[in-house]
Amino acid sequence: MHGFANPTRFLKLARWLTPLLLGSGLVVAAIALAWGLFAVPPDRLMGDTVRILFIHVPAAWLGMGGWTAIAIASLVELVWRHPLATVAARAAAVPGAGFTAICLLTGSIWARPTWGTWWVWDGRLTSFLVLLFLYFAYIALAGAVERDGASSRIPAIFGLVGAVNVPIINRSVVWWNSLHQPPSITIGKSAIDPAFLWPLLAATIGFSLLFGGIVLARMRMLLADIQAEARLRRKAMEA
Amino acid sequence: MNTGIKPKHQRLVLVVIALVALVGAGLLAAWALRSQASYFFVPSEMQAAPPPTGQAVRLGGMVEEGSLKTMQDGVTIAFIVGDGKARIPVRYAGIVPDLFVEGSGVVAEGRLEPDGTFVADTLLAKHDENYIPRELKDMTEAQARAAVAETQ
Repeated sequence: MHGFANPTRFLKLARWLTPLLLGSGLVVAAIALAWGLFAVPPDRLMGDTVRILFIHVPAAWLGMGGWTAIAIASLVELVWRHPLATVAARAAAVPGAGFTAICLLTGSIWARPTWGTWWVWDGRLTSFLVLLFLYFAYIALAGAVERDGASSRIPAIFGLVGAVNVPIINRSVVWWNSLHQPPSITIGKSAIDPAFLWPLLAATIGFSLLFGGIVLARMRMLLADIQAEARLRRKAMEA
Repeated sequence: MNTGIKPKHQRLVLVVIALVALVGAGLLAAWALRSQASYFFVPSEMQAAPPPTGQAVRLGGMVEEGSLKTMQDGVTIAFIVGDGKARIPVRYAGIVPDLFVEGSGVVAEGRLEPDGTFVADTLLAKHDENYIPRELKDMTEAQARAAVAETQ
C-alpha cells in the first residue's frame, strides 16, 4: 500500500493504466449498451422502456460508489495522512456527481411513462437528490480549500460525514413505503431475468472501468497542477 | 521510553469512534422518520387510523384481481386496493399510467370519503422488482416465478 502512496511511483503506474481503463471501458460499455438497446427483448409490462435500465442502474451504482471512494480516501487522509488520498478524493467527486446526475435524469425519463410522473418525493428519490447536492458541496468545499490553502482535512471530514447518506439510499426502499420498487438484486438472488441481467452486468463493468480511468486521469491532472505550482514557487525564490 | 500509542493509531481510534457515533445518529434519525418518510399508507393502516374527511393522503397497495370496473360514463374507473389484510374501494376519473393493471401495485393520491371509498385525483403505477421479457408473459405468474427461480 505504502509503495503506491509515493506520487512518482503512482504516476508511472497511472501513465499506462489510464488509457487502458478508458479504452477497455469504452469498448465494454459500447458493447453492453448495443446489446441492451438492440438485442434484449422488451419487458412484459414496460416494453421497450426497460432499456433505460442499462444506463440508469450502472449510473446509480457509480453515483454511490463514487461517494464510497471519497469516504475511503478521506479515512486514509485523516488517519495515515497520505497526500495521494486527498488527490484521489478530489478526483472522484466530479465523475461521481456526473453519474449521480445521469441516474436522476434517466430515472425521471423512465418514471414518466411507467409510473405516470416525472418526480415524487419518496425516500429513494429524495435521498439520491441529496447525494447530488452533497457532491456539489464537496466539490465547492475542496475547491475553496485548495484555493485558500486551508487544511485538506476539512473536505475529508465532510466526505466521511456525507457517507452516512449511502446506506440510507440503499435501505430507503426497505425502511419506508416508496414508489420506487425494492431492490431487484440482493446477495445471491436476482429478480431480473438473465436476458436483462447479463447486459446489465456488462454495462456496469464498462461504466466502472470508465469511472476508474476518469479518476486516474483527473488525479494525474491534479498532481501536475501541484508540481507546476511548486516549480513556480521555487523559481520565484531563486530569482 | 516510547510506550505511548503511535499518533496514526490514535487518529484511527478517534475516527472510528466518530464514525460509530455518526452511524448511530443516522440510524436514530432514520428510525424517527420511519412513519413520516413513508410515501403512502397501506389499506390496513388507513382502516386502523382513518384520515380526517377531506384531507389529502396517499393510498398504496395491490389492485385486486377482477375488481377493476369502468363506470357508465366511460372515464371513471373503480377498483379495490388491498394489502392482504384490508381492502379499500377506490374511484378515479382520468388517464391511467401504462403499468396500471390488475394484480399490480398502485399509489393513489386523493381523499377518503365518509362512506369508506377513496376518491383519487392522481394514480401512480408501482413497478415491482421483477424484470421479465415478453416471451415469458404468456406463462402464468407461478410458472414465470419458477422460471426466474431456476436461473437464480
